[in-house]
Amino acid sequence: MTLLAVQGLASGYGKVPILAGISFAVREGEFVGILGHNGMGKTTLLRTLMGYLPATAGEVRFAGADITHAPTHHRARAGLGFVPQGREIFPTLTVRDNLRMGFAARQGNESQALDAVLADFPRLERLLDRPGGALSGGEQQLLALARSLCADPRLILLDEPTEGIQPSIIDEIIDTLLALRHRRAGFTLVLVEQNLDFISALSDRVLLIQKGRITREVEAAAMKDTAMIGEFVGFGH
Amino acid sequence: MDYGLVVLIEVLRAIAGLVLISIGLAIIFGMMRIVNIAHGEFLMLGGYTVVLSAKAGINTWVAMLVLAPLVVGLVGVAIERCFIRFLYGRMLDTLLATWGLSLFIVGFVTVVFGNTLEGVSVSVGSFEIGRFRVAGYSLFIILVGAVLLAATVAVLRFTRLGLIARGTMQNPNMAAALGLSPPRIYMVTFGIGAALTGLAGGVLAPITGVVPTMGIAFIAQAFITVITGGAAIVAGTGSASTLLGSVSQLTTFATTPVIGDVALLFIAVVLLRILPQGITGRFFRRSL
Repeated sequence: MTLLAVQGLASGYGKVPILAGISFAVREGEFVGILGHNGMGKTTLLRTLMGYLPATAGEVRFAGADITHAPTHHRARAGLGFVPQGREIFPTLTVRDNLRMGFAARQGNESQALDAVLADFPRLERLLDRPGGALSGGEQQLLALARSLCADPRLILLDEPTEGIQPSIIDEIIDTLLALRHRRAGFTLVLVEQNLDFISALSDRVLLIQKGRITREVEAAAMKDTAMIGEFVGFGH
Repeated sequence: MDYGLVVLIEVLRAIAGLVLISIGLAIIFGMMRIVNIAHGEFLMLGGYTVVLSAKAGINTWVAMLVLAPLVVGLVGVAIERCFIRFLYGRMLDTLLATWGLSLFIVGFVTVVFGNTLEGVSVSVGSFEIGRFRVAGYSLFIILVGAVLLAATVAVLRFTRLGLIARGTMQNPNMAAALGLSPPRIYMVTFGIGAALTGLAGGVLAPITGVVPTMGIAFIAQAFITVITGGAAIVAGTGSASTLLGSVSQLTTFATTPVIGDVALLFIAVVLLRILPQGITGRFFRRSL
């Protein structure tokens, strides 16, 4: 089943266009990577999908519903999760309260939901009473992911999670996401990255974005082919 | 000994008075970053709610503790929906808009009710400490101030509403990405700030009297208290009120009320020179 369908999406900042008609679809349970240079529109795409930036053309459908012009909180309640670049942890709230913010729009038993999420993030358990702003970058990344999961999303948009993160935590994030995929039926991920190892370790397929357009789609296995990658985006290991 | 006890009660009353006039502004300005120049007029509307309710035969305590915050809270919500929501993140524009609003409210109330001092009477009586007589209403103001601070801490720390308000004020975009509606949270938070200010206006009405321009007497002290307190709204308001209220009242006892006010301003200027981020910029940093 197609969970996210993007057709001809255009967007930008003010009168500066960044996305020039992006089209792709993501099936439920799929992990899709989006790869591209800085300034090609990766983050703009995720911000437009989340409703932070208005779409100037095209259509976005999520679980069959047209959300092209829906406000951000409606998209989140529909099941779209977002882990932004830079994490955007609430700095003065404790780790526990950051997680509670993730649950705040939901109904039900908060402590049960938090316990379920913490089972996937054991590193956060001993940090629960620390302010979010006092965590290391890697711990904040785990917290941002855990906080997003507290909202019980069907699909998470993950924006450059390895930026400025130590390698051991990058491995932990990969392991955590793969475990979540295994444990949560239908868990879906759209991942924007520049780290080829990270994106190839997680993605079923990778979309290459250039100048605001999806220019090519490759299978994750092909990401090992540095000659091919170099040909399209000039990246190498 | 008796004199010392009387001074202590009056100092506590001055501190509670500053807490009362500042706590609503601490939420609207300290937490939401809206420079609400109409804060004094919210106080005045609380006072008029009590005056009009008393004239209509409604119990003064009900008017003071229930109707004043309710009416001013609703006025606050209406103002937020009509004006303030278009100006978030534009501090200078909110200053000008609320200044205009302040002038409008004063003018409107003057036209409707006239520019005469209205009194509110409450029957609390007084009690003796040795050869001194102390108004029972002073103890009531101390009680309301303490309860207000404790209730604000409780709501912010222990309720979902408090958590959502604290998180959303820090990062409204992220709150929206978690399914929360920032416009609704801003509206409710502004309404609560206005309601607390209305409560303060109602509680202070019996000792200050009510007149359309009464807000001017409070606005400077409220802003000075909130700015001196710093980022943590409860710890900031509580600590700044304690310091400024004590200095002001003790100076008043030693000299005159005018010099007491000057002492308050002087200590605030000195404090902000030493602690530019306010008291909670250096102390009680992890407090609410």
